[in-house]
Amino acid sequence: MAKLTFEELDKLRDEYRAQRAQRSWIRVGTSTCGIAAGAEAVYRTIVDEVRRRDLDIDVQRVGCVGMCYAEPLVEVNVQGAPRTMYSEVGTEAAERIVAEHVVNGNPIPGLAIPGIETLGYEDDGLAARQGKQVRIVLRNCGLIDPTKIEDSIARGGYQGLKRALFDLREEGVLEEMKASGLRGRGGAGYPTWLKWKSLREAHGPEKYMICNADEGDPGAYMDRSVLEGDPHTVIEGMLIACFATGTSRGYLYIRAEYPLAIDRIETALRQARRMGLIGKNILGTEFSCDLEVRLGAGAFVCGEETALMHSIEGKRGTPRPRPPFPAQSGLWGNPTNINNVETFANVAPIIVRGGEWFAQWGSGKSFGTKVFAVTGKVRHSGLVEIPMGTTLREIVVDICGGVPAGHRIKAVQTGGPSGGVIPSELLDTPVSYEGLQELGSIMGSGGMIVMDESDSMIDIVKFYTDFCVEESCGKCAPCRIGGKQMCLLLEKIQSGKGTWADVDTMKRVCLAMQKASLCGLGQTAPNPVLSTLRYFEDEYRALLGAR
Amino acid sequence: MPDAVMVPDISRTVQKWRNKRGSLIMALHEIQNRYGYVPRNVSLQIAQLMDVPLARIYEVVTFYNYFKLEPPGRNNLSVCLGTACYLKGAPELLNELKSRLGVSEGETTPDGEFHLQSVRCVGCCGLAPVVVANGETLSKVQPSSIEGLIHRCHKEE
Ligand SMILES: Cc1cc2nc3c(=O)[nH]c(=O)nc-3n(C[C@H](O)[C@H](O)[C@H](O)COP(=O)(O)O)c2cc1C
Ligand code: FES
Repeated sequence: MAKLTFEELDKLRDEYRAQRAQRSWIRVGTSTCGIAAGAEAVYRTIVDEVRRRDLDIDVQRVGCVGMCYAEPLVEVNVQGAPRTMYSEVGTEAAERIVAEHVVNGNPIPGLAIPGIETLGYEDDGLAARQGKQVRIVLRNCGLIDPTKIEDSIARGGYQGLKRALFDLREEGVLEEMKASGLRGRGGAGYPTWLKWKSLREAHGPEKYMICNADEGDPGAYMDRSVLEGDPHTVIEGMLIACFATGTSRGYLYIRAEYPLAIDRIETALRQARRMGLIGKNILGTEFSCDLEVRLGAGAFVCGEETALMHSIEGKRGTPRPRPPFPAQSGLWGNPTNINNVETFANVAPIIVRGGEWFAQWGSGKSFGTKVFAVTGKVRHSGLVEIPMGTTLREIVVDICGGVPAGHRIKAVQTGGPSGGVIPSELLDTPVSYEGLQELGSIMGSGGMIVMDESDSMIDIVKFYTDFCVEESCGKCAPCRIGGKQMCLLLEKIQSGKGTWADVDTMKRVCLAMQKASLCGLGQTAPNPVLSTLRYFEDEYRALLGAR
Repeated sequence: MPDAVMVPDISRTVQKWRNKRGSLIMALHEIQNRYGYVPRNVSLQIAQLMDVPLARIYEVVTFYNYFKLEPPGRNNLSVCLGTACYLKGAPELLNELKSRLGVSEGETTPDGEFHLQSVRCVGCCGLAPVVVANGETLSKVQPSSIEGLIHRCHKEE
């Protein structure tokens, strides 16, 4: 295919959109979660049935809509019948869906998810609503075939890049990003526009843009879903960032445990390159940029930005002190900017609609939406995207159905090994960076683990502490030795031999780790311990007695 | 594995990555994908062909959990021990596998049939607990289904 100009991009969008408008379709969710639940067999059955009956309908493989608990998911849209989402579809159900819904036009209520509002999909494609959810990051996940750039373009893909190149230019992009109030979704929550500004102002023979897709928090998979379900939105976000900062080379650092995400991104990059959306003179302008994939290799600490850069350089993934910050000296000593997958996925809608549009959600210092992976003891585990300011209870109870009947929510954990537990009494807290921090946890990258009365808080703390010890790179003593000491003390307490003096020692170790560790891993590893001591001292008391 | 077969493969990998920056880990991934581990003689060849000291390669291979220095089993079972799976009973799955296979985590059965390991989250947390069997992700696994899983692996060979 010839390289696109911007007029051609619009023409293609209109063309692809028109082609799709009148079509009937069946969508099968084939992300990692869908496939694990058996979606491939369901897809093949549907394709076979459609072929056998010679039906004029598109059968699409789409990403994850977020209702992972109900996989495999099949959604059907045919003339004259309401659009219907079917859950836990097996091959028999798949045959029935084709026979009854597609051929006869009779949806099968018994197989459909009851009370599910279909997403307010077919709008301008930049935000979709579903109950209390607002989808900006996940706007295309579950509606487009992520292996087809045409689907993405039909939904407005690369329009943000076009606006950046032709209307806003570099300064204008930074203005919109500033007005949006977007902060990093990878954990630390640093204003994105400020990081970009630093890179823009930095000088070096070469500058680099990195997308952090290491997603190390065990129990969280927001980034995986975006990469698998809508890879072009991440690429577009990176390209806009590169343009605004004067950068012509970027890397997506993806964890090796995500083979499907890697595959989808590689495909998307190839397609974008072929269309001239990546490479030399993008959309006929002077802007040239190339993006490549680099793989992680199973080390949590490589999610930390300085360790990540060492890893791309082909070295051990050990962090180094900052400053110098990546914007001054990053990859191979050159100015570099690193953002998280979800951060990049927000960029194109902001650029198309404007920063103020984005800032209509949220307040204070937290704007826009946040994606959470809600798992653990919850009825409807999956991905949710909510506006900042939504309360934890709304997420866990109203959207995800709370804990199964007969159980009680005991606590919700956010932020993974760097975060803390939040007791059920505090679930009416609205989600914001500062709000969660005040509770002794963090926003983190979006892991949200629900625990019920059968879960021991000390057991969970031990789990996270073990994790941090195993994943510590061993470079600095506070993290290496402190973490080990903490594990030993926790074991002693668990075995019933601990004393309150041990708890005091643990608190001192926590303080030392927070103050003296080299990177965020060690600095935040005490959070699970401290937050359980704050809210669940009872459980320690039960094991310690008066000792 | 005979060295003669290996050489052309390696030089292709090396050629692809030699002139790119930040490529050692990518080359190692290709090697591991092909052999299931990073064999010592391959490391030696990479060191020569890519002009990096062997110690650098070992430093990297041993730092990252993903790389293996030993050949895997004919069947590879990974139990996810990420937080979501942990809470939903992954430790019981691991115990069941350990006792049925008679190996510990990270070990291979003496007949080379099964390699058992744990992983930290494969991103399928919504359907926990998860076991990855020979690259296939299995969701909502129960201890009672472990026996059948082992059986199926045996049969599929
Ligand atoms: C131990 C550790 C692990 C981290 N893991 C991740 C990760 O998996 N993904 C991520 O985006 N950021 C991770 N971070 C944060 C990054 O260092 C960095 O702040 C982030 O990628 C910046 O992107 P943002 O500004 O878009 O949030 C981690 C930090 C630490 C200290
Ligand atoms: S915690 Fe097991 S797949 Fe994520």
